Amino acid sequence: MKKFLALVLAMLLCLSSVAALADRAPVALENLKVGFIFLHDENSTYDLNFINAAKEACDKLGVAYVMKTNIPEGQECYDTAAELVDDGCNLIFADSFGHESFMIQAAKEFPEVEFCHATGTKAHTEGLSNYHNAFATIYEGRFLAGVAAGLKLNEMIEAGTITPEQAKIGYVGAYPYAEVKSGYTSFFLGARSICPTATMEVTFTYSWYDEAMEKEGAQMLIEQKDCVLISQHADSMGAPTACETAGVPNVSYNGSTVAACPNTFIVSSRINWAPYFEYIIGCMVNGEAIAADWTGTIADGSVELSAVNEQAAAPGTVEKIEEVKAGLADGTIKVYDTATFTVAGAPLTSYLADVDDMGDFVGETEVVIDGEFAESEFRSAPYFDINIDGITLPEGM
Amino acid sequence: MNEKKREPLLHISKRPEMPWYYIWGVRIISVVLALLVCSVICVVMTGENPLSIYSTMIKGAFGSPRKTWVTFQDVAMLLIISLAVTPAFKMKFWNLGGEGQALMGCLASAACMILLRDVLPNWAIILCMIVASTLAGALWGLIPAVFKAKWNTNETLFTLMMNYVATQLVAYFCIFWESPKGSGKIGIINQSSEIGWLPVIGGQRYLLNILVVAVICVLMYLYLYYSKQGYEISVVGESQRTAQYVGIKVEKVIIRTMLISSGICGIAGMLLTAGTNHTLTTTLVDGRGFTAVMVSWLAKFNPLFMILTSLLLVFLDRGAGDISSKFGLNKSFSDILTGVILFFIIGSEFFITYKIHLRKRAAKEVQLHV
Repeated sequence: MKKFLALVLAMLLCLSSVAALADRAPVALENLKVGFIFLHDENSTYDLNFINAAKEACDKLGVAYVMKTNIPEGQECYDTAAELVDDGCNLIFADSFGHESFMIQAAKEFPEVEFCHATGTKAHTEGLSNYHNAFATIYEGRFLAGVAAGLKLNEMIEAGTITPEQAKIGYVGAYPYAEVKSGYTSFFLGARSICPTATMEVTFTYSWYDEAMEKEGAQMLIEQKDCVLISQHADSMGAPTACETAGVPNVSYNGSTVAACPNTFIVSSRINWAPYFEYIIGCMVNGEAIAADWTGTIADGSVELSAVNEQAAAPGTVEKIEEVKAGLADGTIKVYDTATFTVAGAPLTSYLADVDDMGDFVGETEVVIDGEFAESEFRSAPYFDINIDGITLPEGM
Repeated sequence: MNEKKREPLLHISKRPEMPWYYIWGVRIISVVLALLVCSVICVVMTGENPLSIYSTMIKGAFGSPRKTWVTFQDVAMLLIISLAVTPAFKMKFWNLGGEGQALMGCLASAACMILLRDVLPNWAIILCMIVASTLAGALWGLIPAVFKAKWNTNETLFTLMMNYVATQLVAYFCIFWESPKGSGKIGIINQSSEIGWLPVIGGQRYLLNILVVAVICVLMYLYLYYSKQGYEISVVGESQRTAQYVGIKVEKVIIRTMLISSGICGIAGMLLTAGTNHTLTTTLVDGRGFTAVMVSWLAKFNPLFMILTSLLLVFLDRGAGDISSKFGLNKSFSDILTGVILFFIIGSEFFITYKIHLRKRAAKEVQLHV
């Protein structure tokens, strides 16, 4: 029954994107103008990642574009979107989660303009043909980064610097939000697939960008929780620099931090948004519908790993990552394989995720399918929010 | 020690009241000079034509009906908070807590929208919202005011600290009411039902806010210049001892004025949350509580002049935003231009109030002020 329900939902999802196909005529390349809305400017690693991809995709395809930086998650987002429409933009993109409601507001008012939003959750339930979400299977990238972390832990165990039981990873997360939980869980599963005794301790900063808090979080994990390797999901250099100072290996996010941390940086995963931008521009030019939910993958170049820093990584890391990557591609390795983790001591056989974000916090979609937690299958934004065994959360969570 | 003391190179003395054409002459010259300096900076640093940068600024603020509306909405929001802090400033009570007081108004409005949406009819929710946000803002001003009146604590530090408390409270409630779970974001409150949203009049979503602020502006002008309480504020501001001597209860005036000041901030918060943004974030007030200090000072605490000074600051900010996207420059560049222009405008007030004497002439002056 649950599988049937899931199937129906999936079909509805497809139908809603097919329904959108109906009316839009192709837009000639020279008439196309893309408007970008960014939360910060290039000083934030998160926004820089989007800004670079936007420039790359638009310059490659020869499309006119306008960029609006430092747009807060409030009415300003709607105003900016509306001004971009006035300015002749027919495709508008916003990069921050909190922009979503304001983008929807604009999408309702300007049905002739396409609105795309990264990290959002509501496109598949709003039923607007001109509003779309996008994300990528970054959990696969994090799993691969976790493999590199596991190899490093094994190296430390073999060298006798730690016992197998001391192989504890520390993780500095932003919010206890599905995107972060999905991220650290996949990273941990990647590490444990290589180093079976690995455990992890997580701390949250409750901010996407707070250099001091991220630094303190990393220091706390190193000094008080005896973590021997650190990774993070937050946007500042706080955690990587704390690791470099303490001489603790670090697996980074959003891009390589090797320049600032030559002795401790191992590898970094990131989402490359250029394939998505090329996809939506292509849809506009060809008069095709943009998917309500688009999920980038390793295969299409959306999920990337930086170069491995040989100075800090364990020998053989590059080869092992390639091997696991091939396994992920042909399906022999699955990130959220329910055989590889337990929840409260028992294997996970069924889970209703809150895929349809109606503000009710009630899960409605069965996401354990064929022995795997089907992440980013029913919508692009992650919804894995389970606390699995082996990961210690802050007290009271 | 009979060596004659050397005269310093420069002397500064206070000018007598200058005629209006002199004052405005100095101001206009300072703006022209500021634009010239900005032009030089533009050419040297970017190679762009300064005239096209200026025209971009004007287009950025007034280039379309929508942009003009948004500009006036921004002016209204900055103006109301500036108006709010002004009575306290006139009393020489340095209320730097406008930010926190307005945020408390936002928080109270959001609370009404979320908690009462299934309980009360819409008009009753809006009524509750007006009362609750005024009280929340007023409470945030009352606490430092009581401490100042009773124990003469430093109101500058106290009101500043209250900003942080308000920000953290809002951060807490952002997580408390978050949707989806764990995201720490509220999103638009009651997006489909529009419960607790202030009505849109004349098909213009910002018109109501602008009208409310216009009314408050006129009332504030009348209150400060034509009411007994307004006069009491001026007397307390000039000298608390004089005020006591003529029988004004200083404590009462301080507390009453701060209640008015912070209550209006609370209303500003309500306009932000229920009128336009329909959400709650820690950055909703966007530093206006601090910019308001400059608006109020530049206008010499005159509510009608504040319309001009807030327009100037909003124009610079909105125009600057367009420069950064059109010329591919960082927002910092437009901040530099804004800084230069403000520097000259504030500087011009110095030349209106004071006179500089060079050494030779200064020696002949009888009274010297350093």
